[in-house]
Amino acid sequence: MEFINAIILLLNYTIIPALTYGSQLALGAIFVTLVYGILRFANFATGDMMSFGTMIAVLLTFYFQSLGISFGFLPTALLTIPFAIIGMIFYMLFIDKFVFSYYRIKKSPPVQLAMVSVGVMFVTQAIIRIIIGPFDRRFFDGEKFILKATEFKEMTGLNEGLTIKSTQAITILVTIVLVSIMFWFLNRTKTGTSMRAYSDNEDLALLSGIDPKRVVLITWIIAGVLATIGGVLYGLDKSYRPFVYFNNMLPIFAAAIVGGIGNPFGAFLGGYVIAFAEILVTYAYKKFFTYILPDFLEPDSLIQLLSTDYKFAVSFSILVIVLLFRPSGIFKGKTL
Amino acid sequence: MKQYKNIIAAYAIMILLIISVGVLQSWSIALTILNYCLISAVMTIGANIQWGYAGLINFGIMGYTALGGLAAVLVNTPPVKEAWKAGGMEMIISLILIILGVYLIQFILRKLVKSKKRNYLIALIIIIGFLVVRYISGPAIENIEAVDPAKTGFLGGLGLPIIFSWIVGGLFAAGIAFVVGKIALGLRADYLAIATLLIAEIIVSVIKHEDWLSRGVKNVIGLKRPVPYEVDLQNTSWFINLVEKFHSKKLQLISSMSEKQDILNQLVIDASSVYVKLCLAGLFLTVVIILLILTQKALYSPWGRKMRAIRDNEVAANAMGKNVVKEHLLIFILGSAIVGIAGAMMVTNDGLFTPGSYRPMRYTFVIWVMVIVGGTGNNFGAILGGFVVWFLWVEAAPIALFFINFFTSHLEETNPFKTHLIESAAYFRFLLVGVGLLIIMRYRPKGLIPEKINIKKI
Repeated sequence: MEFINAIILLLNYTIIPALTYGSQLALGAIFVTLVYGILRFANFATGDMMSFGTMIAVLLTFYFQSLGISFGFLPTALLTIPFAIIGMIFYMLFIDKFVFSYYRIKKSPPVQLAMVSVGVMFVTQAIIRIIIGPFDRRFFDGEKFILKATEFKEMTGLNEGLTIKSTQAITILVTIVLVSIMFWFLNRTKTGTSMRAYSDNEDLALLSGIDPKRVVLITWIIAGVLATIGGVLYGLDKSYRPFVYFNNMLPIFAAAIVGGIGNPFGAFLGGYVIAFAEILVTYAYKKFFTYILPDFLEPDSLIQLLSTDYKFAVSFSILVIVLLFRPSGIFKGKTL
Repeated sequence: MKQYKNIIAAYAIMILLIISVGVLQSWSIALTILNYCLISAVMTIGANIQWGYAGLINFGIMGYTALGGLAAVLVNTPPVKEAWKAGGMEMIISLILIILGVYLIQFILRKLVKSKKRNYLIALIIIIGFLVVRYISGPAIENIEAVDPAKTGFLGGLGLPIIFSWIVGGLFAAGIAFVVGKIALGLRADYLAIATLLIAEIIVSVIKHEDWLSRGVKNVIGLKRPVPYEVDLQNTSWFINLVEKFHSKKLQLISSMSEKQDILNQLVIDASSVYVKLCLAGLFLTVVIILLILTQKALYSPWGRKMRAIRDNEVAANAMGKNVVKEHLLIFILGSAIVGIAGAMMVTNDGLFTPGSYRPMRYTFVIWVMVIVGGTGNNFGAILGGFVVWFLWVEAAPIALFFINFFTSHLEETNPFKTHLIESAAYFRFLLVGVGLLIIMRYRPKGLIPEKINIKKI
């Protein structure tokens, strides 16, 4: 019994939150990796592009709510995602046409494109702040919990409760579905294969008659889907605030690099590596050990490796360690 | 002389702009802008050394700025004796242990052959060292932070004049840059950018959360200035006489004695703030000029030519026997040290240290925009970029407000669209800076004042 209690405790406070957060990071990291692999630059506007997509979803959610449209026990925001994705893709294609394509055709070095993306970051931030303002916004509605702690305790008779928020379940499910479709697309379809070929060797791909414009277009479409869904899921789970999204760029980058930048599967796992590291290292294990250790060994300190203030720092330290020992990431990067 | 015409014209316009702020808004605001422009200029010199001379991307500017600020705190605040008694000894022991650990790891790295066993040994040393240091310093930190937490709660500094911190800040930044450079400089350009950005975030989060060292988010206020205080000036007779003389014509027109005294008081208060800012501007200008002379000398020295050669073709430079790795590390350290100096200067200017405000948006990306807009590889350009972009960054809100009012003048005051725009006028600065960067990158990729290399013809 003690042992099951300990497991439930870990599940409730570390594993489920980490899985949720990891899914959100993974979607962002795949976005970064796709752009890096195919368009060949580090996109510093990542966080703000996600924020832009989420902003559209938030505004539409408020509009739908005012019209009285709802999605039953599910959050209304899920209904707005398709529209937000369309808006996001249009914005991305617009930026690509007027900003990025010029440098791509000129074959500028990646550094210059990264700098340009900093400019895009500034502009996107300005647009977001002018439209919706810098404030914290909650747009979650519908049923909040799937499983409440008290219900779980009654059901099982355990000491520890297990809570599953509906946002957590939605996040994990949507991520699994989305990522499966994406990998199927990249590995099994002709278009996906041509994208991988383009990422591997641009010149050879062009020689085999792959249309670069089409590849770029599809990349931005996938990027738009990933960015919007990742952003909306994060916003549903926590809340929507432009500054937080900008900051999320950093763990997302860390996830992409840890997984091996340019490698979508690596990025997917990288998201979970970062999320689990952040949460496991900053969790206080006192209660856990009181359950599994005999009474006389019970700890009196918090047994916390690092205080929660260092949440971000943990993921970045992992990145530094990975860079030191395996500069190409856990999974070899630079191929798609 | 002809080649300097553009530069002189650009600087003249910039100075005119600042003067126009002085005339239109107030001299105090103009001088505040000028001071920040000068500090930004120091930062851009640092970033320009790394990017312009050597082609290294350092997105970690924020971290070195924060280190400079920390230096200002550690140099200037008086030591807190009770805190030292409560846990100073343990902290020193921890520090010694950390240094020993680093030496031990270095020793192992040098003596043992590269193998899995060596990696495990190093990991073991790090974990054990971490636990031991936590065990020793944990209670000590709690004790230190318990000493009068509302006012101190940290070890305090040395109680020296804050000017010294400019050098110390540079040294701090150089020290950390050495470590970071050793770790990250082998990476490709865009990896390096991301890695430095994240490392800077680690540095800031340490400064933010180690309350025993820097008071963290509780902020340190009341750092002592190297220049006189307004309150003291307002009671000094020579200063009042000076202001009286300066405004004698205006004062003569007023007949009533008490009214005259009131106006004089007001003038003295205004003038004291301007005087203090002028003094600071003088100090900052000295630093900028010294750095400018040094960097110009370096740029046109054999060393500068070597750096350009490495930047333009690393492989060829390597083949010519230039030690690329060593030079990259050196320039990374030098640039970061200059940014550290700027960080200390900024805290000197503000008189307070707020770790919570060190955000990559403001300190890293805006500085980078300055370097690119101004002109990479050209020190005059970089400094001009610092001036122009900072000026826009500050004045964007008033300018945006003016245009919003102008274009929506036909709308009613209560129109929701108009009020919304007016409320968000402050965010137009992001738009302005972003669009500015994009335009410069596209149509003038070398910046406002491009790099000029004089090649002597035989």
